[in-house]
Amino acid sequence: MADERMNPDETMAEQAFLRVRDLQAGFGGRVLMREVNFDVHAGEIFCILGGSGSGKSTLLRVLMGLKEPQAGRVFYGGENFWAGDEESRRGIMRGTGVLFQGGALWSSMTLVENVELVLQQHTDMNAEDTRAQAVLKLALAGLAGFEDYYPSEISGGMRKRAGLARALALDPRILFLDEPSAGLDPVSGRMLDDLVLELRATLKATFVIVSHELQSIFAIADNCIYLDAASRRVTARGRPTELVRDPATEGNALRFLTRGADRGAERDWHEITAV
Amino acid sequence: MQSSSRKAPLRTANRVETSWVRQDSLRVNVGGQWRMGESARRDEIARAFDALESGRARLLTLTADGLGAWDSSLLVFLVRLAGGARAGGIRVRLDLPDGLARLLSLALAVPADADAGRKETEEPFLAAFGGRVLGLVPGITAFFLFLGEFSQACHRLTRGRAHMRAQDFWEAVHECGVAALPIISLTSLLFGLILAFVGSVQLTQFGAQVYVAGLVSIGMLRIMGAVMVGVVMSGRVGAAYAALTGSMQVNEEVDALQAAGIHPVDFLVLPRVLAMSAMAPLLTLYADIMGIVGGFLVAVTLMGINPYDYLNTTVQLTPFRHVSVGLVYGTFFGVIIALTGCFHGMRCGRSAQGVGLATTTAVVHSIVGIIVATAVITVAASALNV
Repeated sequence: MADERMNPDETMAEQAFLRVRDLQAGFGGRVLMREVNFDVHAGEIFCILGGSGSGKSTLLRVLMGLKEPQAGRVFYGGENFWAGDEESRRGIMRGTGVLFQGGALWSSMTLVENVELVLQQHTDMNAEDTRAQAVLKLALAGLAGFEDYYPSEISGGMRKRAGLARALALDPRILFLDEPSAGLDPVSGRMLDDLVLELRATLKATFVIVSHELQSIFAIADNCIYLDAASRRVTARGRPTELVRDPATEGNALRFLTRGADRGAERDWHEITAV
Repeated sequence: MQSSSRKAPLRTANRVETSWVRQDSLRVNVGGQWRMGESARRDEIARAFDALESGRARLLTLTADGLGAWDSSLLVFLVRLAGGARAGGIRVRLDLPDGLARLLSLALAVPADADAGRKETEEPFLAAFGGRVLGLVPGITAFFLFLGEFSQACHRLTRGRAHMRAQDFWEAVHECGVAALPIISLTSLLFGLILAFVGSVQLTQFGAQVYVAGLVSIGMLRIMGAVMVGVVMSGRVGAAYAALTGSMQVNEEVDALQAAGIHPVDFLVLPRVLAMSAMAPLLTLYADIMGIVGGFLVAVTLMGINPYDYLNTTVQLTPFRHVSVGLVYGTFFGVIIALTGCFHGMRCGRSAQGVGLATTTAVVHSIVGIIVATAVITVAASALNV
């Protein structure tokens, strides 16, 4: 089965860290996706791809516990995430970090206070240790010296880095990144990609990334799934390089991945057939 | 009709020529100049659609012989035609210039999402009215859910497990306490003045000017001080809370709190409601005093009442229960304002427009809430004889 595909670098035959089974999500009566199945293994950088409106961010919100799925299950290390109550979900979420699309830093607090708040919430460290931890996490994200700036005083790229520092606060096992390079210039986007690779290598964290930046997907992703807006299903999965070559994933995924070069070149412009 | 198609395209108005190539094959040729805003040949366009809807056609060929300059107005027509054909299961062939064919394919590439469309139908008055009333239900349900979450937050607070920062509480205390004093001073002082003026006109007729003191003090202490505070704070604090929590919602900051395992209600709502319910009675007392000072100024300077008499009458005519009733009003108003402001902010949609709407709704609802609460407390107070 394609969704049992393992990262070849992984030698241990352990169960996937995050498993999604037959997930269906949407808003009200509107289904955005159905029969979504995938596994994310520890230490993997996993990308969720899809065009706009395909429900990438919604899927991420379901995985983060912010939105209840319409059907299906999400397992974290064997624990059924949505079957438990809010407190048990909160416990699982403790081991996760989230970088939101715009950084979502708490704007009334300085960068260091943003990181500290998460630490204060979940640990019993004294003020001095908390500060030291927060300063370290900011430094890891390349923001040493910016501790006392407010989110409104720094650039968009720095805000994302600060968001990443906050996501790293509790040394999470899994990090969710929502469009990390969206709205950044290519250089800042590249630096963020490098940072993700660096953190994976050093902290052994697992990353689940929602993205539509082709460059960054090829640069960092180990595995991806492609959410198709029209069929509302996962239509392709695998390594990004395989995804382009795989004859089974031709069509939307291929066009999506090669878009920009020559959008839909193989299409016959002179025939519109009945759908 | 095709014979005319090779005419020079210059300065000719748009043309639509419809012809049957075979029994089931329709050909529509567009020609001439297509400019947005220039009058279209409605009869020719209608003929094309009539032919398409006749049910005979299996194939529609679009051609552009003699087409001059064109813009989106041509595209609109072709999209309607080709889209209509496609919906009717008719094959469409494009024999068009490359740019036009590409644009048309692009416009038709993604079939309209059936459930994405918004259904807006004209409703009869009664149905619309009923719909509006039923539309209130989710809002009311959400408010009670919010109240439930808030009481859970209070419960966690009593067990010392609420995710609330003391710093946020003290900032809120400052914001709805000291920072509000200037505007409360102004409005209450003026209101005391107004009460004294209006009262004096009537009371002078009976030669009972000195009772202006009682009118002002009872009026202010029992109800008007609290109402002044309520109205001013709705605009000041209710709107600020709605805008703040609303823009945090837009910015995903509320989601970030949840993702960090922090209850947003504990963190955002609790300190503000607590601060407001602590400060509102104090502000009410302050407004009472300012109102009495206003009345005093009018009475002494304009009505020539002896200052000592005025103060004496004030003390004689105002038993303490009026003060306590006023404080009850004030406390309720404070809680209503803070809860309404936060509720609308938390419910805010993810847009700048949503924040604006949340803010205005918060102010309107808290003022309505204040008036309703005034009515309820007034009835309760008279039933309890206080």
